[in-house]
Amino acid sequence: MRVLYFAWVRDRVGTGEETVEPPQDVATVADLMAWLAGRGPGHAAAFADPGRVRCALDQDYATADAPLGTAREVAFFPPVTGG
Amino acid sequence: MIRVQAEPFDPGAEIAAFTDTSGRVGAVATFLGLVRDHQGAPGEDPARVQARIQTMTLEHYPGMTERQLRTLEDEARARWPALADVLVIHRHGRMAPGEPIVLVCAASAHRAAALDACAFLIDWLKTRAPFWKREDTAEGGRWVEARDSDDAAAARWTRPESD
Repeated sequence: MRVLYFAWVRDRVGTGEETVEPPQDVATVADLMAWLAGRGPGHAAAFADPGRVRCALDQDYATADAPLGTAREVAFFPPVTGG
Repeated sequence: MIRVQAEPFDPGAEIAAFTDTSGRVGAVATFLGLVRDHQGAPGEDPARVQARIQTMTLEHYPGMTERQLRTLEDEARARWPALADVLVIHRHGRMAPGEPIVLVCAASAHRAAALDACAFLIDWLKTRAPFWKREDTAEGGRWVEARDSDDAAAARWTRPESD
């Protein structure tokens, strides 16, 4: 699974992209955030307050309880501030 | 039409090119967003306005940005079938105060659809298009926080379930 990070989430994780293979019991977006938070101090800082992080599965917005399903590209980022 | 680009654009030239002068279109509504030179929420006391912004950097999610903006255009056309045409240009990368960031144009035979669709497009874009602003000041850089007022502006376009 390809995981992308943007804005301050990327700053904290320390990379914009990585490929991960989470275990079978990581079933939802919330599960994945909790699992990623265990990968290191940068990840832990990025996901310290999961309520502040938004997610997209294959480039569509997804809520924390959404199943990961067959998503190949998962992105984490702060609430958007364009326009 | 949707355009996401790093290059600056000329709002006057873009609006002129967008404007259908065949007689079919009677109204073109536009919104132009520019980089501000100061931080602070709308209505904040200017005396409290924080450090002057030297540059603004807009990061985005290539691919998803275009996808979300196309969905936005489709939604506007479905809500206002009278729309003749739509144009959204959004920049990314580094820019200076005063430079255009975003241009939204909506055209229709009569003004109501053009004005409403233009407001809808910018309100929804602000809460759905995956862009993030970072302001660079003399004190350093900081990511701009999302505003509740933007969510409220977008929410006014949410239709009741029974609609």
